[in-house]
Parts: sequence; C-alpha cells; structure tokens
Amino acid sequence: MVQRVAGVLLALVAATSPIVAFQQPTAPEGFVQVNEVPASERLPAAPFLISAYAFFLVLMIGYIWSVARRLDKVQREMSDLQRSQRGSPS
Amino acid sequence: MNKYFTPLAVVAAAMFAYAPVAIIGAPYESTMLLVQKIFYFHFSTWMALTAAIVVCGAASAVYLFRGNPRADHYAVAGAELAVIFGAFGLVSGSIWGRKAWGVWWQWEPRLTMALLLELVFIGYLLVRRYGGPGSEKLAAAMGIFGAATAPFVYKSVDWWRTIHPQTTVMKTLGARSPGMWGVVWFCTVAFLLLFVLLLALRVRLEEQRVELDRLYLEAEG
Amino acid sequence: MTFARVAALVFRKDVAIELKSGEILYTTLFFAVSCVLIFAVAFVKEGQPLPGAGAGILWIAVLFAGNLALGRTFERERYSETLRALLLVPAPRSAIYVGKLVGILVLLFVTEIIVAPMVVLLFRVPLFARPLLLGTLLVLGSVGFAAVGTLFAAMLVRARTRDVMLPILLYPITIPVIIAGVLGTGSLLQSPADEPIALMWIALLVCFDVVFVTLALWMFEPLMTE
Repeated sequence: MVQRVAGVLLALVAATSPIVAFQQPTAPEGFVQVNEVPASERLPAAPFLISAYAFFLVLMIGYIWSVARRLDKVQREMSDLQRSQRGSPS
Repeated sequence: MNKYFTPLAVVAAAMFAYAPVAIIGAPYESTMLLVQKIFYFHFSTWMALTAAIVVCGAASAVYLFRGNPRADHYAVAGAELAVIFGAFGLVSGSIWGRKAWGVWWQWEPRLTMALLLELVFIGYLLVRRYGGPGSEKLAAAMGIFGAATAPFVYKSVDWWRTIHPQTTVMKTLGARSPGMWGVVWFCTVAFLLLFVLLLALRVRLEEQRVELDRLYLEAEG
Repeated sequence: MTFARVAALVFRKDVAIELKSGEILYTTLFFAVSCVLIFAVAFVKEGQPLPGAGAGILWIAVLFAGNLALGRTFERERYSETLRALLLVPAPRSAIYVGKLVGILVLLFVTEIIVAPMVVLLFRVPLFARPLLLGTLLVLGSVGFAAVGTLFAAMLVRARTRDVMLPILLYPITIPVIIAGVLGTGSLLQSPADEPIALMWIALLVCFDVVFVTLALWMFEPLMTE
C-alpha cells in the first residue's frame, strides 16, 4: 500500500518537473536596442502558476501520507504490545 | 476520531476541488495578470500559517506554565503545520516573485522575516527530535519566541516601502475589486478548514504515540 | 535575599572567576579577533577590502564569539555542578538569569571594544563617525542577543547535543536583532551618515529588547524546574 502511494507521488512529481524546467527566455543575436519587450520574450506566466499549485498539491499529499504512515505504525505497535501482554500475563 | 472529521474532510475536499474554478473565474489584476492568481493560495497559506503559529505559541505557553501534556500535543502539531504551510508560502511567493519581479529571492524585510519564522519552527522540530530528555520544554520556549516574533513579520512590510505588496492591499480589496474578494475569502476558509483537519489528525497521532510510550513503560515496570 | 542582591552576587562570582583564570575572556577575545582576520583575508578583492562589508563583519564576529562564550559559561556551571546549588537559592530564579545576563553582556562589550577598531583598521570603514549612535546600536543589539542566548544556553545545559543546538536555536530567533544591528550600522557608515534610518533601527531594537527580555525573565523559572 505504502509503495503504491509512493509510486503515485513520484509520478506526480515527475509530471510537474518539466513544467518547472520549462521557462528559458531566448537570447538575442547581436545588440539591437528594443524599447518594448515583445510578448514572446517575456517569461510565460502559466508554468509558474501551475507549478505553484502543483507544489501545494504535492506538499499536502506528502504530509497527509506521512501522518497516516506514522499513525499506522503506532497503532500496529500498540496492538502488537497488547497482544503480547495478553499472551503472557506477567 | 471525532464524528465531525469525515464530513468536514469531504467539505474541505469539495472546496479545494472547486477552488481552481473560482480562481480561474476571478478578475485579472491589471499589472501582473495571470501570475497574480497565485495570490489566492499564497495569501490563504499565510492565514493558515498564522493560525498554526498562534496555536503553537499558545499551546507552548500553556504547556510551559501549567504542565498540561495535551497542550504539548497541540504545540508540536501546530509547529509541524507551521513548517508545512510556511514552506508553501515561501515557495509560492518565490515563484510569483520570479515572474513579477524577475528574481527568485529578495532580501527585503517581509521575506527575510518569513524565512526566519520558518527556521524557528524547523528549529522547534529539531529540538524535539535531538534535544534529549526534557526537550519538550525547550521546544516550548522556541515556540513562544517564534510566536512573539510573528507580529513583527506582519507589520514589517508597512514600515519599509519595498517591492512586496503592503498590508493595505487586503484592506481595500473588498471595496476595489469585489470579484477577487469573494475568491480570497473562499480560499482562506478552505485553507483554515484544512488546517483544522490536519491539526486534529496530527494531535491524534501525538496522543497515540504518547499512549504507546506509556504502555511500553508499564510493560517494563 | 533580594532580587538585585542575588543578581549582583551571581555577576560578581562570574567576574571573580574570570579575573582569576581569564579562561572565557581570553579565548573569546582571541576567537573574535581570528574571525575578523579570516574575514579580512576572505573578503578582499585585488588588495582592497570589499566596500560595505565592515558593518556585517563587526556583528558576525561579536555574535560568533558570544555564542561560544554562552556555551562555555554554562558548561562551567554544569561541570562544577554549581547550577543545582544556584537553583536551591531561596530567591526568585530570574535573579540568577539577570546575573548571568549581565556577565555575558560585559563580555560582549569588551569584545566589541576590541573588535570595532580592528574592523575600522582592516576594512577602512568610518565606524567612529557617529560613536554615540554606534554605541547605542551595539549595546541594544548585544542585550537582545544575550537575553535570548542566556535563556537558551541555560535550558540546553543538560541536553546532550548542546553545542550544536545552541546556534541552531539562537540564530533564527535573533535574526531580527542582527538585521537591525547590521543595517543600522551600515546606515551610519554612509558618506553623510543616515541618522534617521539608524534611529529607526534603534527604535526597533528597543522594541525587540523589551519583548525578548520580558519573555526570557518570564520563562526562566519554568524552564529550570524539572
């Protein structure tokens, strides 16, 4: 179960990383003065927006998964302990 | 678990599912256009962070001065959530800043102070983990100091005119652009609801962990 | 045993030990001086010191040295097991805190007196253009740093990872003090010294100091009890 969730998270991160790595403004050839930066040269906004929200999703899912895993572990240890105590009353 | 947990979790999930729709429908801001839409989650996460810091600070104070163990559970849960929401706030702000200001980071007062708050609460978690016996009290002291510094972070941006938007943006938002205000309010409520749910979950984990330790001690004795 | 008397006695005890052995004083001073020398070697470009580096280096040297001194002061208490004896004194525990705080402050002031002329010499910054304002900044910054530092050093005295945890906990909390100190000093170093800005930072430092000292006094007692 844990491995499956880990796999899903990894896929999510892998899917968002190309978007983050995407923005590279192209370099001009030679020195030509421009008064107004054309729209094609400006950093595209959409990848930033999407990566911000994607990071939020990853963070939340990661944290909830971490808490669930720790809770699982504690409850398992507790039931083990109770079982061993019932087995050997000392 | 509390019987309200599941229905509230469903509500929170629904709110977050609707949030992108609301955000896309919100009016554009004149200078920053599309990338300004990060604002809805960025602002909401700072609200959740404030809630986390208040919880951690108050619970730490109660734990330190009254010795109430339940307060300690809330303190550690608050600190963890402060680190999580703070991390998102810093990253989302950085991403927004890269587009709007052209730099990933700026050493201006609010950003610096926000980073330091994050470090303080990471320090809180480190102390609990590596401080040895009695580290809960040390961590509580960290929590109180962190909570005390937080108001300075909030007001810092009013005292120094820098590139970060000032707090007056929020006060006049309702009057100037009602379309944005509704979405901001919606996202903030969603975040605070998420904060409460995560807090409850984390406190439960802490209670179970402490109970387990107690059982181990009993089994040995 | 009044509050002031206990604090004064704790302070006098520390001073007496230092005057006799000089262990913490000399080693801290030497560390601060080495810090400044290392920075002088590192922050040099084509034989010229980096402009504007002086303010930051002054504060860094003082704070690093202060960090060491804090650890050592309480380590000495722990080693001689005098801490428990101190805590048994029938007086408010915060008096012990104040006594220790004043001791650390005196040490920091001595360090600053030694380091500041060195920084002027090596980094060629007009630190003494406005000596009164500079002095105020240094005093207030030291108070803020020492207030939190003394509290944290005292509460970490029994922790295993004490030496590593002290800077980890101390520096984030005191970053506002450091920023105010460095930027305030920096504003004093400009060609016509920017006094209004420096005064603003001084006002902020006063706020921080009041908050930190109050919190520390309040928290010392519950932190020191088991």
